[in-house]
Amino acid sequence: MKKIIGKSLCTLAAACLMTAAPVWAENIKIGALLAVTGPASFLGGPEARTLEMLVEEANAKGGINGNKIELLVKDTAGNPEKAISLAKQLLEEDKVLAVVGPSSSGETMSVKKIFEDAQTPLLSCAAAEVIVNPLASWVFKTPQNDSSAAIKIFMEMNKLGIEKIAVLVDNSGFGKAGKEQLVKIAPDYKIDIVEAEVYDAKATDLSAVVAKIKANPAVQGIVNWSIVPAQSIVVKNIRQAGWQVPIFQSHGFGNIKYVEAAGAAAEGVIFPASRLLMADQLPDSHPQKALLVKYVKDYETKFQEPASTFGGHAYDAFMILEKAVAVGGNDKAKVREAIEGLHNLPGTAGVFTFSATDHNGLDLNAFEMMTVKDGKFVPYTGK
Amino acid sequence: MTTELFIQYLVAGITYGSIYAIVAIGFNIIYNTTGIINFAQGEFVMLGGMLSITFLQFLPLPVAIALAVLATMAIGAGIEMLFIRWLKQPGILRMIIITIGLSILIRETALHFWGANVRSLPYFVGNEISTIAIFGARVSPQVLWVIGTCGLMVVFLNIFFQTTSIGREMRACAANRVAAVLCGIDTRNMVTLSFILSAGIGALAGAVMSPITYTQYDIGTGLAIKGFTVAIIGGLGNSLGAVGGGLLLGILEAFSVSVVPLAFQDAIAITILLVILFVRPHGLFGSSAVAGLKEF
Repeated sequence: MKKIIGKSLCTLAAACLMTAAPVWAENIKIGALLAVTGPASFLGGPEARTLEMLVEEANAKGGINGNKIELLVKDTAGNPEKAISLAKQLLEEDKVLAVVGPSSSGETMSVKKIFEDAQTPLLSCAAAEVIVNPLASWVFKTPQNDSSAAIKIFMEMNKLGIEKIAVLVDNSGFGKAGKEQLVKIAPDYKIDIVEAEVYDAKATDLSAVVAKIKANPAVQGIVNWSIVPAQSIVVKNIRQAGWQVPIFQSHGFGNIKYVEAAGAAAEGVIFPASRLLMADQLPDSHPQKALLVKYVKDYETKFQEPASTFGGHAYDAFMILEKAVAVGGNDKAKVREAIEGLHNLPGTAGVFTFSATDHNGLDLNAFEMMTVKDGKFVPYTGK
Repeated sequence: MTTELFIQYLVAGITYGSIYAIVAIGFNIIYNTTGIINFAQGEFVMLGGMLSITFLQFLPLPVAIALAVLATMAIGAGIEMLFIRWLKQPGILRMIIITIGLSILIRETALHFWGANVRSLPYFVGNEISTIAIFGARVSPQVLWVIGTCGLMVVFLNIFFQTTSIGREMRACAANRVAAVLCGIDTRNMVTLSFILSAGIGALAGAVMSPITYTQYDIGTGLAIKGFTVAIIGGLGNSLGAVGGGLLLGILEAFSVSVVPLAFQDAIAITILLVILFVRPHGLFGSSAVAGLKEF
């Protein structure tokens, strides 16, 4: 008899333990739509790795309010059609609470409406301004706005007394969006775009077009707005033509590989960039300093590759979500509201302050002007 | 247009042009012995660049390039022996599909080995900002290396085909395969040799141009399209025609930026290709009588 009672007590206890877990903690399902492979893998790769690292870290600390985080990464290969079907899969089958991604602007725009309809928060890692403007109530983005980069460049040009410029952009989505912003904002800063050219993302030599621009004596400065390796060719060809014109690049230049590709020609290039590239050079008092140094160190020791601003965008998205879920719990509407309520939150891209009308949360200050010296990124201090 | 600007465009055009010409000559060599277009020709150029960059980590520059060229030649030979040699009476369509398949295979393998990053060899002389003046125009010294190397290759190939007995056997193969076989020439070996040769010149061009253009796993496709255009312009199988066609296309492309936006540069090449295919399918420098005797 005793034996039986003992046994049944044991089973009871075991049963309690088994059923108890879901009562105390329910998993928080977070989806990610990232271009882990394919032509945009330089974005999606670091983003996926960053998310995995952060989720592991958060779960080791006990998750959010004691709830474990379950991360579901879907590889879109940079393909908008694939992004759409994977988004539906995450929403309908996996029933995720929120989604991080997609990596590129084109993909984000193609899934934007799906998330609006499904009333599920989407935190895009792509830069284009159209993602959050016009505003969609469930869609957010973590990278800085293109217009901020353009304004930073023009402000610097004003200081240097540059009025007439040539604009060169690549034919990717990033280049086209950049050209739009440059053309739109230039008059506000009394800057006149006298030459504009679009080059192929796969261009191999651009000395002819450089010769054409150089032949225009009015050109006082160049804006080379691109996210592809061909941007280094432009810089090289300008210097090879013996032309010492000031070259401004976009935040798409913030990858040390492009500096290596341009070699000595990259010296002195001026561009707006995220502070991630100069984490160790920030003053200790800067709100982003501690977080940036930790992220760069953690990422680089874990994955043995340089941390990039792209991985940083996923970092920001996850951190924002973590804070919002801590407030809103496993409820989509509450999480969305909580994101809009976040303010003065330091991230890798800048200090975020969201509101019901601002789903990016960053301003001009998220960019720092930088330049290249001895093959390294250093803060630009002016002439 | 000032003389300075004219020369600047001209040099840029000759640089593109000589690269296109080398790819086109690679097409021609294989076309002459097999009657097919080897669509993996661009991949040989990519391999030449990529392999020499890899070898450079352990070896001095000239040795690395030489080794890369030899390795690419071996790959060319391997491809021919593995995929083409044993085919009995292969149809043209079948051979073309095989070479397209091979180009995809090589490209994906390269992606697997080297990743999607762009790479390049260091400049042979000076660095990214060194420049030399030619009649007031300023160009990188590497441009002269590219033009010089391509020029020398054309000269040596010509000597090879005109004077050596193997060169003459290859030409015999091109002129009339049946007659060549009757004369005791092993046409199969000639086909292998043509793959080795075109892999070799492609690889050398790929190595020399990489400081200017960078190398990436997928540059082959674009080069193959340009090279094919040039081969058609010059007349398929005509190597000197390829040089003329290459320079013509390169110079046209370079000067086109002064009148139309850069974005139309590729459209110009394709338009020329279409016009030539409609109006003079045997090419600017080819003869229609000869082209009429060929299967393709």
